[in-house]
Amino acid sequence: MTNRSRLPFYVAVFLLIATGISLAIWRHVELGIPWLTGEQRPVWMVEARVDFDATNESVLASLNVPGQPPGFRLLSEQAASPGYGFSIIEKSGNRRAEWSKRDVSGPQTLYFKAQFVPDASAESGPLSQPPTTRRVFWEEPQATAVREILEQAKARSSTPESMTRELIRLMQPDTRTQNTTLLVAEENYLELLVDMLNHSGIPARTADGLELEDARRRQKLTTFLQIYDGRQWLTFDPQTAEQGVPENLLLWREGSASLLDVVGGDNSEVGFSMLRQTVPALQMATMQFESAGLGFLSFYELPIEEQSMFRMLLLLPLGALVVAFMRIVIGIRTSGTFMPVLIAVAFVQTTLVPGLIAFLSVVALGLLMRGYLSSLNLLLVSRISALIILVIFITAGLSIIGYQMGFNTGMTVTFFPMVIIAWTIERMSILWEEEGGREVLVQGTGSLFVAICAYLLMSAPLAGHLTFNFPELHLSILGLILLMGQYTGYKLSELKRFTPMKVYD
Amino acid sequence: MNWISPRRLNRLGMLNMNRRNVDYIARYNERSSYPLVDNKLKTKLAVAEYGVKTPQLLQVVRQQHEISKFRGMAEGLAGFAIKPAKGSGGKGITVITGRDNEEYIKASSARVDAPYLERHLTNILAGLYSLAGTPDVAIVESLVESAPSLARYSFQGVPDIRIVVFQGYPVMAMLRLATTASDGKANLHQGAVGVGLDIGSGRSLNAVQFNRPITLHPDTGLALENIEIEAWGEMLEMASRCYEATGLGYMGVDLVVDANEGPLLLELNARPGLAIQMANGRGLLPRLRAIESLKRPHFTPQERADFAMESFSAL
Repeated sequence: MTNRSRLPFYVAVFLLIATGISLAIWRHVELGIPWLTGEQRPVWMVEARVDFDATNESVLASLNVPGQPPGFRLLSEQAASPGYGFSIIEKSGNRRAEWSKRDVSGPQTLYFKAQFVPDASAESGPLSQPPTTRRVFWEEPQATAVREILEQAKARSSTPESMTRELIRLMQPDTRTQNTTLLVAEENYLELLVDMLNHSGIPARTADGLELEDARRRQKLTTFLQIYDGRQWLTFDPQTAEQGVPENLLLWREGSASLLDVVGGDNSEVGFSMLRQTVPALQMATMQFESAGLGFLSFYELPIEEQSMFRMLLLLPLGALVVAFMRIVIGIRTSGTFMPVLIAVAFVQTTLVPGLIAFLSVVALGLLMRGYLSSLNLLLVSRISALIILVIFITAGLSIIGYQMGFNTGMTVTFFPMVIIAWTIERMSILWEEEGGREVLVQGTGSLFVAICAYLLMSAPLAGHLTFNFPELHLSILGLILLMGQYTGYKLSELKRFTPMKVYD
Repeated sequence: MNWISPRRLNRLGMLNMNRRNVDYIARYNERSSYPLVDNKLKTKLAVAEYGVKTPQLLQVVRQQHEISKFRGMAEGLAGFAIKPAKGSGGKGITVITGRDNEEYIKASSARVDAPYLERHLTNILAGLYSLAGTPDVAIVESLVESAPSLARYSFQGVPDIRIVVFQGYPVMAMLRLATTASDGKANLHQGAVGVGLDIGSGRSLNAVQFNRPITLHPDTGLALENIEIEAWGEMLEMASRCYEATGLGYMGVDLVVDANEGPLLLELNARPGLAIQMANGRGLLPRLRAIESLKRPHFTPQERADFAMESFSAL
């Protein structure tokens, strides 16, 4: 009634649209739900194979497995080893896969499979307490050599990182001095490095990495050097002094724990094979938020049956948006406001051409029969009821004929809402009697045109994907529809309708 | 294709469908007043208290079994009109102008029998013509005998005058003449001729059929230029009075001029169409805004009609 300010309304609409879009963006970034349907993400499937000969007693095999290697995210893990008890045990920052079995003999093979997703942002969590250096005792003459080398390295460096780099360089064969040759033997090189760094007050350790290369089998781990710079563990190549974890290097074992322990077995060894897979980004996202506990924000938690219902239901707002746009902005006349949406929903299930043929034939036959009904002089309610039954007969007849002729699309007619069709036929027939066939044609084609537009939008794979995976986008649709409800400008059809006004201008 | 630019329409002050719905109907028409205009029976009773005359009510058919009484009542009548109380846009109105033994003659000179009319009444009761398909009642009214000065312009049907009333001020008017195309009905979108009327004098301005300007009536061949409505001031005041009776801020008032009774109210419309602007060759917006910007509204229908006659022929 009154001339209320529309500012709060526009603010609310803006908030709706902004909330919808920003929620969707947040979920895309946070959960990795892809914008497009066909997006694929690379996933590394790594399989560790543990072989050993059991010595006829109870076996406990324990393999160090990665939890959160830098640069990757763990997607799934599983073990395959018949007859073995299996569990993953997490202890003081180490994750170990443990297999156990009583009375085993002969060669044994255990498998551990894990899927990793490359993710540049993934980092290992902060340490609960900073590592301390280990005290190392050297005997003379090594002690002097160590002291000298360390002093040399220290003189050329300023930080733990540069110190490490210098030390590695000094230990290389081409730069070796007398001191280093005294210390280094091939097999103890890395241990020596670790010891020397610890000795100089820098916490250091080794880590095992796996070079990821598609379809490789029987790979071994390569060992890397890690130092603690006061905030985090830094990785170095012990030969080239290159800092950082190379791309495609998966750090399988970090820390001091051993890679593999087998109690009750001999000749144990571990080998790795790997495969680069591509997984639909959507599937990966759903797997992730299952584990992240954010599943409650999506429809994937629902039973499959309900999911498919919601898939359909969530498309309806798009249809409503099309109808609102067509009627408010374009000005197309339809018979019944939301009849086009219902027809479009039926088209989504039948696909367009069979649906169109079925719809047109049902309505045409229905109109013919309605002509006979009107001469029977029935009460309206019973006439509509009779029409509903006739419509069901027509659809059944069409389905059978279609099936006999070899189109199983005939069956899809049943997706049409019978009551709505009966009412449509009734209204159209009255429209025909009162306003002539032209108006029936205008409204009928208008309805079909809008229905087809709505169908095209609703059946687009992207539309289904976005509405189902980003239900918050419906807030934006709501905002747009509210905004259209405030549109007071000329409809496109009115620019045509009011053309004769030109002469008065 | 011929188009007119939105800027030109704005310059002409053309009211469009969306603005009508949002800025006028939704803002000035109280929802609770709608049943009053959507139901012709209620309208008749409401406006009667404000001294607005309507065609004489002959019978109200509310129940299926009352239809049997209809035939007895209709026996003695030469002409009458059957209307659904909640019908809109002239839907379901059947006008009987005469009798030929057992048969009734419709306005379009088609002959129908009594069972046809009874079936029609049944349909009305079931709500076939009502706005939301709800059960309805049928009213039977005495036939309006159009004043000969106007009747000669119309083909078969009774010509009526549509006046758009905004906050009690008559703002725009047109005369609607039935044609063969409109099947004796005065509905513009069915092909009736709309003749714009100067609100100051009641003289005709322009005429349109199917939104196209014409100068002669397509059936009677009469020139539409020099029509003048008698008792114009009285009609405007009558239309204006409907505002007090219904409280609707924006409505269409449909009047007829009866040969004996003078102006009669046919029906009210809470959502009057926009074609009246084309018949007048003028947009509604300047007049509506003039009223919206009035500092002190006029309180009596007489004053409002006078104000409209003075101010709006220029806009």
